[in-house]
Amino acid sequence: MDKTGYYGTFGGAFIPEILSTTLEQLQLGFQEVKEDPAFWSTYQSLMSTYSCRPTPLTYAENLSRHFGGPQIYLKREDLNHTGAHKLNNVMGQGLLVQRMGKTRVIAETGAGQHGVATATMAAKFGYSCTIYMGEVDVARQRPNVFWMEQLGATVVPVRDGARILKDAINEALRDWSANMDTTHYVLGTACGPHPYPEMVSYFQSIIGTEVREQILRQSGRAPTRVYACVGGGSNALGVFSGFLDDAEVELVGVEAGGQGLETHKHASRLASGHGSVGVAQGYKTYFLQDDDGQMLETHSVAAGLDYIGVSPILSAYHEEGRIRFEAATDEEVLEATRLVMRKEGIIPALESAHALAGAFREAPEMNGDGVVVINLSGRGDKDIFTIADALGDTAWKSFITTKAEEYRA
Amino acid sequence: MLEDYIRNKQKEKDILLMAHVVMGYPSIEETFELVQTIVEAGVDLMELQIPFSEPIADGPVILQANQAALADGVRVDDCFRLARKITDAFDIPFLFMTYYNVVFKRGEERFFAETRGAGICGAIVPDIPPEEGESFMAAATANNIDLIFILAPTSSSARINYLARFGRGFFYCVARKGVTGAKTDFSSELDEFLARCREATQLPLALGFGVSSKEDVQFLRGKVEIAVVGSQALRLLNTNGTRAVGDFFGKLR
Repeated sequence: MDKTGYYGTFGGAFIPEILSTTLEQLQLGFQEVKEDPAFWSTYQSLMSTYSCRPTPLTYAENLSRHFGGPQIYLKREDLNHTGAHKLNNVMGQGLLVQRMGKTRVIAETGAGQHGVATATMAAKFGYSCTIYMGEVDVARQRPNVFWMEQLGATVVPVRDGARILKDAINEALRDWSANMDTTHYVLGTACGPHPYPEMVSYFQSIIGTEVREQILRQSGRAPTRVYACVGGGSNALGVFSGFLDDAEVELVGVEAGGQGLETHKHASRLASGHGSVGVAQGYKTYFLQDDDGQMLETHSVAAGLDYIGVSPILSAYHEEGRIRFEAATDEEVLEATRLVMRKEGIIPALESAHALAGAFREAPEMNGDGVVVINLSGRGDKDIFTIADALGDTAWKSFITTKAEEYRA
Repeated sequence: MLEDYIRNKQKEKDILLMAHVVMGYPSIEETFELVQTIVEAGVDLMELQIPFSEPIADGPVILQANQAALADGVRVDDCFRLARKITDAFDIPFLFMTYYNVVFKRGEERFFAETRGAGICGAIVPDIPPEEGESFMAAATANNIDLIFILAPTSSSARINYLARFGRGFFYCVARKGVTGAKTDFSSELDEFLARCREATQLPLALGFGVSSKEDVQFLRGKVEIAVVGSQALRLLNTNGTRAVGDFFGKLR
């Protein structure tokens, strides 16, 4: 018996038998592309002509001055096509689907970024596309639903369970169990059964490769600390991949602290100490669950971080102590969002703003000759309704009210 | 033990029926009544599902029953107590059906010791393949619990032969792709799959997923030893109540 896809004691492939052959084929397909040097250059060339790779590394001069501590740099994944790092993974899997000869893709989505990226990829490659999205997320991320549908995808609101990201994953797995002959499941984060954690972080490693070269060139040295937000963990694994071997670079993952860890209304599996090891959705990792192993409800202002589990690769680094995990509350996140808009003219996604909040909390205490890299994993335009609500913007409210009246007429 | 029971039963019936209930749905008390009704209708074996929040192998009907039970506050402890009460009261073999996290969180050894203590003789846990289940299988064996493994038509013969090394009691063959509860078009394609299963194992075969009528059971006569009926009975429970489920099982063969 061989166990594959383990990171320390985490990972594995805990899946119903009906999917075992499909996963085995996917594993072989992925192995093939990994060993084919032509594949990576095809991928890179696609990402540089269809998206904006390499994405820039921006020196945040005003923020650096504001905190009076380290030099702060932002890796601009928000400038990817479709507005987030999600496209890196999706286009990689899209090329793989082409090789495997399948004609339909399905995906889960939380914030909707992965859904939009998948719908975009499907349009470009000519695949039919179904996106599963929790009903709660459909309600809070309507603009992304609109775009997915415009891009030709069918969006299925998931009405079971907590009606958020985890439930969308379950529903996508059920679809895949029935339709694997024609269909590939484009899992959006470095979670799920083997080979997904490895495959998704492989495609996201394009961030780390770029940023390592950029920071050395632009600041003349390796960073002191690198920050990334952590939902499932794909953007974090992507940016951290550039520095895992540099013991002197401190890597910090920032989870969703929601309304505060003490309220238990959060999605912090590692930093909170409330998570425990379990097996669900095809893999073993830290989950937010009760003593019976039932998954708990999670909370975050950022739909993309509102998830019960975390990449098994990150759980392993957490136990090794290679990556430190922190949590930022909804309130800190909105404050960080406001600050980076005003100081740098950049609108971050609420997910990405967790990384900013984590870094801003620590920056004042850091040495002035330090260098900090923050992965700005996505842009915040999609969050306009949530951000406007949180800021209590009255002009926005009256605009929406007027608009609603127009529609009603 | 399960295998002997099945072989003996086969002397009186040409196909056995295995039913499925979700413990705590619609309530702990009603589950007991439902089990009683189904046993009285002549069913030969029964799966008692311990509800789980992420049941990825189940379709909407069973999924919603899992959720409703959990929303009502049903705990794993309640399920063990109910199982004890059921096995004390009724004289057919009962199996647990659940997902691996429920076993893992309780501790594999403790889970199977308590399973034995509750008078349960087998377990179906669809999300743990043998590759991941070394200690899981050892704990089941140590407590004399038969682990029922699932064979799927999508699996190669090599894979089916591999799985055949681990099963005890019987094998659960799924009739088609997908999850529980969807319709199955029973056809001769099934024969090829079942032939591959027969080649791999001497143990009895059960067939489930989409078995929902007397015609389906009739079709399976002579092909498998056990027909498994899950979602259809639950659907009837939801629309027509416990008595209708009893009538349904009474007329299935």
